[in-house]
Amino acid sequence: MGTRAVEDAGRDERAGKALAATGVTVRPAVPGDAVGRVRPRWVVLPETAGEIAAVMRVSAEHDLAVVPAGGGTKLHWGAPPSRCDILLDTCCLNAVIEHVAGDLVVRAQAGLTLEALREALAAAGQELALDVPVPGTTVGGLVATALAGPRRFRYGTARDLLIGITVVLPDGTVARSGGKVVKNVAGYDVGKLFTGSYGTLGVVVDATFRLHPLPADRAWVTAGFEPPGPLGDADRAAGLGAALAAVSGSQAEPSAVELDWPDPDGPCVMAVLLEGTAADTRAAAVRGLLGPDSDLRPTPPPWWGRLPEPPAAQKGEAPESRGREDEVLLELRITPPRVPGVLAEVRRAAGDLGVRAAVRGAAASGVLHIALHAGTDAGTVPGTDAGTDAGTDAGTDRGTDGGTDAGAAARFVARLRAEAEDGGGRLLVVAAPEEVARRAGRWGRVGALTLMRRIKERFDPDGRMSPGRSVGGT
Amino acid sequence: MSALESLTARLRDALPPDALITDPVRLRTYECDGLTVHRATPGVVVLPDSAEQVAAVVGLCAEHGVPFVARGSGTGLSGGALPRTDGVLIVTSRMRRILEVDVPGRRAVVEPGVTNLAITEAVRDQGLYYAPDPSSQQICSIGGNVAENSGGAHCLKYGFTVNHVLAVEIVTPDGEIVELSEQDAGYDLLGAFIGSEGTLGIATKITVRLSRAPEAVTTLLAAFTGIEAGGRAVSAVIAAGVVPAAIEMMDALAIEAAEAAVRCEYPEGAGAVLVVELDGPKAAVDREFAEVERLCRESGAFEIRIAASAEERAAIWKGRKSAFAAVGRISPAYIVQDGVVPRTALPGVLAGIDRLQEEYGIRVANVFHAGDGNLHPLVLFDDAVPGEEERAEAVSGLILDLCIEHGGSITGEHGVGVDKSRYMPRMFSADDLDAMQLVRCAFDPRGLSNPGKVFPTPRLCGEVPGVRRGVHPLVEAGLAEQF
Repeated sequence: MGTRAVEDAGRDERAGKALAATGVTVRPAVPGDAVGRVRPRWVVLPETAGEIAAVMRVSAEHDLAVVPAGGGTKLHWGAPPSRCDILLDTCCLNAVIEHVAGDLVVRAQAGLTLEALREALAAAGQELALDVPVPGTTVGGLVATALAGPRRFRYGTARDLLIGITVVLPDGTVARSGGKVVKNVAGYDVGKLFTGSYGTLGVVVDATFRLHPLPADRAWVTAGFEPPGPLGDADRAAGLGAALAAVSGSQAEPSAVELDWPDPDGPCVMAVLLEGTAADTRAAAVRGLLGPDSDLRPTPPPWWGRLPEPPAAQKGEAPESRGREDEVLLELRITPPRVPGVLAEVRRAAGDLGVRAAVRGAAASGVLHIALHAGTDAGTVPGTDAGTDAGTDAGTDRGTDGGTDAGAAARFVARLRAEAEDGGGRLLVVAAPEEVARRAGRWGRVGALTLMRRIKERFDPDGRMSPGRSVGGT
Repeated sequence: MSALESLTARLRDALPPDALITDPVRLRTYECDGLTVHRATPGVVVLPDSAEQVAAVVGLCAEHGVPFVARGSGTGLSGGALPRTDGVLIVTSRMRRILEVDVPGRRAVVEPGVTNLAITEAVRDQGLYYAPDPSSQQICSIGGNVAENSGGAHCLKYGFTVNHVLAVEIVTPDGEIVELSEQDAGYDLLGAFIGSEGTLGIATKITVRLSRAPEAVTTLLAAFTGIEAGGRAVSAVIAAGVVPAAIEMMDALAIEAAEAAVRCEYPEGAGAVLVVELDGPKAAVDREFAEVERLCRESGAFEIRIAASAEERAAIWKGRKSAFAAVGRISPAYIVQDGVVPRTALPGVLAGIDRLQEEYGIRVANVFHAGDGNLHPLVLFDDAVPGEEERAEAVSGLILDLCIEHGGSITGEHGVGVDKSRYMPRMFSADDLDAMQLVRCAFDPRGLSNPGKVFPTPRLCGEVPGVRRGVHPLVEAGLAEQF
C-alpha cells in the first residue's frame, strides 16, 4: 500500500467514525447504490432535518461529496457526479407534515412518494395537480428534477405549485423560504432555485405545495394523425398544427393536450383531457374540432402520463427494453406552433442518421420527450466531440443491426438542438450514456450560465453537493 | 469630487442630454413611490430608452460604487422604488415599446415601462389578455410587476406574475445584459428574479404569456349581516371544489367608505359583502354559479345581485376597486396594510383585529381577497390628533404579527420594500435570511442594486468587504431603522 493509499484509508476511517458519531443510520454502499457509475462509500438514512444537518456538517469537516436521493428513479438522469462519498437517502423522511384541506395546502417531507401523497390527499378530495411521469418519484426528486406531466398545460410545473421549502445547505444550515400561504412575496423564493437543481445546492427536507380540488369528472378525446412527413410534406404538418392550435386555444379549456408518436413509421395520436364541471359537454366541443373520427373516452390512453419508450431497433419488431444503460431521453422545449415543424425534423434527422426515436409529451406546452436507444456499443465508441458537426453527411455514422450508435445518437441530438435553438427553443439530454452526452453536450444553450455558476459557488463553495450533476459543471 | 459627482460627469457622456436629470426641482418629483410616507430625493435621475443605455448606466454605477434604484410607474406600496440620495434612480418610463406580439405562440415581448393594461389592450382584438391584474393596472408598469411579483384580484385562479412571465432580459448589477428563460436547464433563476424587488438587477425586456379570454364571466354580489357569515360562504365555496376567478370581501366600514366615495349602492344594512366572480367555459360556469349562489344563501346571504351585463359587473366591482381611496372620505389619513393568513385562520385573525381596534381606539376597515387569505386592512387615523398616527402604526404592525402567528406572511402582493424589511426577522430566522443573502451575493456582490430594501441588515458578501458606504438617508433622517 502506498503512502497516499494509507492516507486515504486513514481519512476514510476518520470520516466514517464521524458519520457514525452523528447517530444517523449509516451503511456501507453496495454496487447498486452507484449514481451514474460513481459508487459512494456510505449510504446514510437520516430521519429528521437535524440528522441531515449533522451529516452535512460531518461532510463539510471531512470534505465529503454528498448526493441526495429519494426514490432513486432518476439518479441516472443528468450528469453523473464527479465524485460521491455519501448517498443521502431521504426514504425515512416520508410523512405528510401538514395538510389543511380548507387551505388547499400540503407540506410533505422529501422522501414521500407522490403516489403516497396522492392517496393522502384524495381522501380529502384534493390533489397536487402534477402528473409526474416516473412512478416512485418522491417530493424531493420532483423538486430536484422539476419534472412535470400532461397537466403542466393548465397548472404549470413544480415551480408554479411550490409555495414553501425547507432545505439543508452544504454547511449544515437549515433554511426555509416561502411559507404555507399561496400568496406570499416576502423575501427571495429560494425554492425556485432548488427546482431543477439536481441536488447541487443542498438537500430538500420538505416542500409545501398549493393543491387543487380533485375534478368531479374527466374525459379524454383522442384523434390519430399522419405523422409529420419528411421535407415537402407541409400538408400533414399543417393539419396537425391547425388541430393543435384549435384545441389548445379552445373555449372548452382542456387541462392537457398530449401527443404520442411511439413508432416512427406509425401514426401519431393526440389526446386531450377535459376535467371538472361539464367535462362531457366540453369534450364534445373538442370532438367537434378534431372531427368525427376522434374518440371520446372515459379513461386515459395507456401511454398517458408516461415517458416514451425507445422504439424497437427494426421496423415491425416489438419494442424491447435494453435497460437504462443505452437509453437516450431528450427533452425538447419549443413554442407550441413549432411542434409540427420540429417533429418533421425529428423524422428527417432520424432517417438520415438511422435512428429510431419515439416522441411523446405536452404538445400544447411545447415540451416533448424523445426516447431512443444509443446502441449497445455506446459506452465504448471512441471519438472526439461530434456535437459540433451537425448537418454533415451522416452516412458513416448510420447504425447497423444494433440500431444506433453513440456517434449517430449524438449527431441526432446536435441536429435537433440546432433546429430547436434556431427558434429560441432548447433541447436537453435528460439521460444518456456518457459517450453520447459527452459528444453532444447535455444541456444546450443556457443564457445565464455565469449567474448559475455564481449561485452554485455561493451555496456550495467547496463543490461538495452532487458535484457536476447540473449545467455548466455545477 | 464625490463618487456620485464623477459618475454624473460620465453619465453626461454616455446618455443623450434629455435622459439625465440633475435639476433639484425636477429630482424632487421622484422622491417617493406610492407609499408617500418614505421620501428621499434621488442623487440623479436617468431616463434610458434602451437596454444598452440601462447597461451603460449600471456599468458606470458598478465602476464608481454608486447604488442605483429602478423605478417603473412609481405605484408601488412598500417604498421599493424609494430613491437613494447618494445614488442613481433609473426610470423606465421611456421604454414603452411592445416589441412583438406572437398570437399563435400566445406571447408578447415588451419593454419594462409598458403598462400592465397596455398589454391586454394590444391583444384584446385577438381574444387574448395578460392575466395578472393588480388594481393599479392602468398605470403600473410590467417591469414593476416583475420586480414585485404582482398579483391582483384574479390571482386565486390564475396565479401571479411569476406564473405568466416566460423570460426576462435583465441588466445584472455588473452591467451585463443576460436572458433568464423558463426554457433554460438548471436553476430557475427566472423564478428567483421575479419578486426580488429590484435587488438582483433591472428587467429590460419581458416575454409574457398571453391567455385566452374566457368564454363566460359571471359575477355576483352577496350581502351578509356580518363578516362571520361571509366567511362561512367562502369556506363553503372552497369546500365544494369551486375555484372562483375572484372572491373578495369587504366589511361594514369599508362598505361605508365606498358608499361615501363612489355611491356603489351595495345592499343596505350589509355588515359584509362578498364579490364572487367565476369564469371559464360557459357550461361549467353556469353550473358552478348556481352552486355558489345556493351556498351563499345557505350561509346567510340576505341579498344576492347577479350581474347580467358588463355594466352591472362593473357596478359590482366599483365599490371594491375604490375601497383603498374611498377610506379617504371617512378618515383624514390611513395606512394600507397587506398581510396573508391561511384561509382557515381568517376568523381568528379578524377577531384579533377587532380586539386591537378596541384596545388602541383605532378603526380598521377590512378589504380582502378572501379566497387566498390576503388581507388589506385599512388602518384609519387623524394625523391632527397627537399620538393617533403612532397608535395606528402600532395597530398596523400588530396586524402583521397576527398574520405571522397564524402561519401567514407579512406581504401578499405589495412587497417588503423599505417599509417592512424590519418585519423580515419576525417571519424568517437568521439562517433563512442568510440563505436568501447567498442569492443576493451571487447576483450583486457589491450590494449596489436597490440596497436597503427587503432585508433588514445587508450582510456583506465575502469578496467585497466594506461595501456599505455611509448611512442610509432614511436612517439619517430618522425615518427608518436598520437592525
